[in-house]
Amino acid sequence: MTNPFLPEEMRLVRRYDLTSDVRFFQVRPVDMDRALSLRYKPGQFMMISLAGAGEAPFSISSTPSRPGMLEFCIRKVGRVTTELFKRKENSLIGVRGPYGNGFPLEKMIGKDNLIVVGGLGAAPLRSLLLYILDNRDKFGKFYFLHGAKTPEEMLFRKEFFEIKERDDLNCHLTVDVDEKGQWPFHVGLVTDLFSKVEELDPENTYATVCGPPAMYKFVIAEFLKLGIPKHQVLMTLERRMHCGIGKCGHCAIGPIYTCLDGPVFSYWDVLHMKDLI
Amino acid sequence: MKALKLKRDDLYTYLESLKSYGELWGPVAKGEKYVYARLTNVRDVALGALRTIIPPKKFFVPPRFTMFRYTDDHYAESFDDVKPRVLFGLHPCDIHGLLILDELFLERFPDPYYKRRRDATAIVGLSCIPDDKCMARSTNTHAVEGGFDLAFNELGNNYLVWIGSSLGDDLVRLNLDLFSEDIEPEDLKTYLAWRRKRDSRYKLSFDLTGMPDIMELSWDSPMWNELAEKCLACGSCSMVCPTCNCYNVRDVSDLTLNSGVRERHWDSCMNKEYALVAGGHNFREARAERLKLWYTHKLKAFITEYGKPSCVGCGRCIDTCPVDINVAEVIRGLTGQKVTL
Ligand SMILES: Cc1cc2nc3c(=O)[nH]c(=O)nc-3n(C[C@H](O)[C@H](O)[C@H](O)COP(=O)(O)OP(=O)(O)OC[C@H]3O[C@@H](n4cnc5c(N)ncnc54)[C@H](O)[C@@H]3O)c2cc1C
Ligand code: SF4
Ligand code: SF4
Ligand code: FES
Repeated sequence: MTNPFLPEEMRLVRRYDLTSDVRFFQVRPVDMDRALSLRYKPGQFMMISLAGAGEAPFSISSTPSRPGMLEFCIRKVGRVTTELFKRKENSLIGVRGPYGNGFPLEKMIGKDNLIVVGGLGAAPLRSLLLYILDNRDKFGKFYFLHGAKTPEEMLFRKEFFEIKERDDLNCHLTVDVDEKGQWPFHVGLVTDLFSKVEELDPENTYATVCGPPAMYKFVIAEFLKLGIPKHQVLMTLERRMHCGIGKCGHCAIGPIYTCLDGPVFSYWDVLHMKDLI
Repeated sequence: MKALKLKRDDLYTYLESLKSYGELWGPVAKGEKYVYARLTNVRDVALGALRTIIPPKKFFVPPRFTMFRYTDDHYAESFDDVKPRVLFGLHPCDIHGLLILDELFLERFPDPYYKRRRDATAIVGLSCIPDDKCMARSTNTHAVEGGFDLAFNELGNNYLVWIGSSLGDDLVRLNLDLFSEDIEPEDLKTYLAWRRKRDSRYKLSFDLTGMPDIMELSWDSPMWNELAEKCLACGSCSMVCPTCNCYNVRDVSDLTLNSGVRERHWDSCMNKEYALVAGGHNFREARAERLKLWYTHKLKAFITEYGKPSCVGCGRCIDTCPVDINVAEVIRGLTGQKVTL
């Protein structure tokens, strides 16, 4: 019998700092066949184990359209993450998954898409962003709006700057404040960027948001103003998780488990299930 | 299902025979309460026992156990050596409790720790006469049709013994001479009369129709805050409830620091840290929110998913909560029902 709790050995292939406390990690199953056959969906997460420190859930930041590698974008906040930050390239870590529902790609294909990211929300939504770009012809119009507090705190700066140059999507980047005057684009809240969103077919649009809790309310209000139906407004939620597979109970919200039935929920879910946000 | 008859006087002899299958465990008296204990002497078994303090879940999900041993960053599975054992004396509500844990632990992503313990354990049920805290009839868990290997039912000077599995059939064969196949029409009458008498003994009776809807519509009821004012957040209700399954995981390193064990231990959603995440955000800071989650799980969540409540009516929360918060109080509060005597 397979043990769903057993962490799989993966090699930490590459790591570098995205900001002062957020680091990018590239990992690969030690077994190459496994590395190439690993399937996942944008929006899913993995449980990462560091012996002695414990285990914690992290969104997959890479896209399944580029197989062989898993990428994470992780903020150092406590036991597990501090231990992970100590690990050097080429060391082994424990990883299991993928878990969670992920984004409903089957429904999003063929539709217009609008992605709004704030801060660490880039971790799960980079997966969706890259997936759409890699399968660009399968999707309709595409907007990517990104907000960071300051230029220094922006994640994936180089990558997103390059994406902004592409002509097959509308990518807009902003920072809340730019004290040193070094930021080349808009300065202000991410909601300001909605003024650049035009000619979306709202009935035919999926709008996805992930970011700091305070951001949701305002961004969702903008989505609704555009006329996007509530069940096509998507977000990923966070809860404490000790198993990822519906056993430990920690991520329960009313009748559902965030780890099995989420972490991707629609705004309609949020409205009709008490306690979700 | 096949049924046999066993003379009451032969019960102890048969219990002794069961030991050739494995360790024999059953309820024994501890002060005024009961606990499951190893029956070294079969005459220690408390045949009239009602609920044990801790439900049988501890045999399948021990309060604390090792999942893995790690050395550097390599995790290796670690399974406790579970010897074959017979758990004697489970009442219908506890068997239902076990069936609910089976759904949680054996369906999606089967849990090998649970499965190994479950596979090593024979379940032998025993009929009971409810007291004023039992409410299994309201939760429809007062009788069993499965979930046991053998089930002993009072039948005058005999026991009617239901065989519920092929293992149960093997267990009977450990001392086949004690059993008789001759179930007379008279026995059937005695059995039915006993069932009627027994079912009429439930003093707590609630109509749980529409409970998920009632929970939903009572989400903002002041009752939750009133209960929360009293609740001590001690978590005892979770420890004693046969269908509470929440746990925590932690790595405990040896002194050398590069090896250690990953342990799993019981947790309760009543604990303040239950929904605390890194960075200090607590999704259920308020005690009322945690109470709501507990009772949502018992009276709503499971009905929505499996069509039945996850409360099996064992009465342990009624027996245990130091400030008398329990499923009966909550149902009364939610429905305005009077207790029907
Ligand atoms: C679906 C999902 C996706 C996520 N994706 C990302 C991501 O992409 N990037 C990212 O940076 N973060 C992500 N997070 C958040 C991330 O899981 C947390 O930051 C991480 O758990 C922190 O772990 P830590 O051990 O470093 O922090 P700590 O605060 O030290 O510990 C948090 C963990 O330790 C345990 N713990 C904490 N307090 C207690 C206590 N009082 N008693 C017992 N145990 C305790 C729990 O296991 C808890 O999960 C995600 C979370 C979820 C649910
Ligand atoms: S309801 Fe009662 S038993 Fe449960 S945590 Fe509160 S005080 Fe303790
Ligand atoms: S809620 Fe109370 S009565 Fe119901 S199963 Fe749990 S402990 Fe028993
Ligand atoms: S993380 Fe354990 S139940 Fe969801």
